[in-house]
Amino acid sequence: MKNRRGRALFLLLIAIGLLCAVTVAGGLLAGSAEFADFSRKNLPPCLAFPFGTDRMGRDMLARALAGLSLSIRIGAFTAVISGAVALLLGTASALLGGPVDAAISWVIDLVMGVPHILLIILISIACGKGTFGVVAGVALTHWPSLARLLRGEVLQLKQAPYIQMARRLGASWGRVLWGHFLPHLLPQFLTGMILQFPHAILHEASVTFLGFGLPPDQPAIGVILEESMAYLSTGRWWLALFPGLSLALTVALFALLGERLRLLLSPVRSQE
Amino acid sequence: MGHRLRFTARKLARMVLLLLGVSLTAFLLMNASPLDPLQTNVGQAALGAMSPEQIARLEEYWGVNTPAAERYLRWLGDALRGDFGISLLYRQPVLEVIGQRLSNSLWLMASAWVLSGALGLALGVLAGTRRGRWPDRLVRGYCLVISSTPSFWLALLLLMVFSVWLGILPIGLAVPIGAEHAGVTLLQRLRHAILPALTLSVTGVANIALHTREKTADVMERDYILFARARGETAIVRRHVLRNVALPALTLQFASIGEIAGGSVLVEQVFSYPGLGQAAVSAGLGSDMPLLLGITVVTAAMVFGGNLAADLLYGVIDPRIRRGAAGT
Repeated sequence: MKNRRGRALFLLLIAIGLLCAVTVAGGLLAGSAEFADFSRKNLPPCLAFPFGTDRMGRDMLARALAGLSLSIRIGAFTAVISGAVALLLGTASALLGGPVDAAISWVIDLVMGVPHILLIILISIACGKGTFGVVAGVALTHWPSLARLLRGEVLQLKQAPYIQMARRLGASWGRVLWGHFLPHLLPQFLTGMILQFPHAILHEASVTFLGFGLPPDQPAIGVILEESMAYLSTGRWWLALFPGLSLALTVALFALLGERLRLLLSPVRSQE
Repeated sequence: MGHRLRFTARKLARMVLLLLGVSLTAFLLMNASPLDPLQTNVGQAALGAMSPEQIARLEEYWGVNTPAAERYLRWLGDALRGDFGISLLYRQPVLEVIGQRLSNSLWLMASAWVLSGALGLALGVLAGTRRGRWPDRLVRGYCLVISSTPSFWLALLLLMVFSVWLGILPIGLAVPIGAEHAGVTLLQRLRHAILPALTLSVTGVANIALHTREKTADVMERDYILFARARGETAIVRRHVLRNVALPALTLQFASIGEIAGGSVLVEQVFSYPGLGQAAVSAGLGSDMPLLLGITVVTAAMVFGGNLAADLLYGVIDPRIRRGAAGT
């Protein structure tokens, strides 16, 4: 823990550990998140139920954890898919150039022109709403910014003297791609993808909250918060406060994780 | 001058092409939907009780049997003449619905846009000029917290604190319940718009603040700042930093129109504020395709318009581009 890199690595591991713990705990608690007991309904937070209980006597802590677990899994899945799309289209756009580049750039502008929420709603409707709809929506809307970034990187790399030199010395494209492009692009790609997690998670929760995402029988954070709306004016504040807070913490953890990873992988700061 | 005109014309042409693309994409997405508009709006029970003729009439009303290509071309032809069709839910022309809703939303979005831009710029410069010290840490912490917070949850919290506990602000809608349209005062409208506008502004700050911070810190390390310091200049921030930071901030702020529009969808839903975003949600839930299509196109037009404005303003504000254009 002597230097900044050591500290960053330490924090990174803690963040990963915490997120894994929440994911696993949420998965294990899926049963008790659904368990209703009307003898204990509408309890404010207490020792036995730190997050309180809802109108059906369900434990809000279990529901929040199960929801977070669902959010993290969907977030990871969609971020990986949109990362792959970004990598494919970004590099194809830069390497092939010409009409392919123009077409891909046009599509990027197109996707960026419609607000994410609206586009996710449209895609979700196209897929018949539900889990599949929101997953497809989030996965297909988050790639353009990363694709643009990667395109810029590859364009710059293509002109770099050492790449030109390698080609002149007779290295095949495959060798140049593997030996020169990949080590340069991988850190950018990884951090870019992990920094998409927070957006993906927030958008999934938002779209579910609006009623275009996960079905109401799932303990998703969006569903929980949507239900809590009905009890706001009667003063059941715990229904909205804790699940939302835990979601915000999870998202912040992902954002920090991305930042630390960027710090660790950036060659400029490897001597700190 | 000719150079600038050509530049504008090219940008405009690209914008029109993109808008066409947006409308076609939105149309195809809605067309691909397996959701039956009759099922969602009329309900299984009512459908069962209807005669085949009634069902056929409803199917025609929702355009179930017309081929997709024909419907799109017909829509496009009408849209070019300024007719976006009839909203199936509100039973009014789509443009009329959008006009009413937009006049409500525009208040929110404009105030949030200005507030978040000004606040973000100020916080970014503050953090950037004091990099590594506590104002910087505070601003960065705020940005992390706010960009991790779901905006609709923040809206719920504000609603809980100010409307339920303290009871000083109304709990939703744009005007008092039961008030006549003519009798609504400006003050009442403002009171209803405070919380939604506040939520939108607070959440919009993070992005611009962080970018401005980066840029400011970058500028502060330049030689000309060192030289200005050596000469004993006092207004370094105003004279050197702001000028260099304002342009990227402006571009970013114009690019953020889409985010504010997206955020307003959520915020309006929580506050039951009858704006464009709320109409989009009802249209989506109720399979009101003409309205949803209209809203998508209008929103995209606003986003592209913002980008175009940023491109044009760049030429007006940046002396280098201005002189470069004059020279050619």
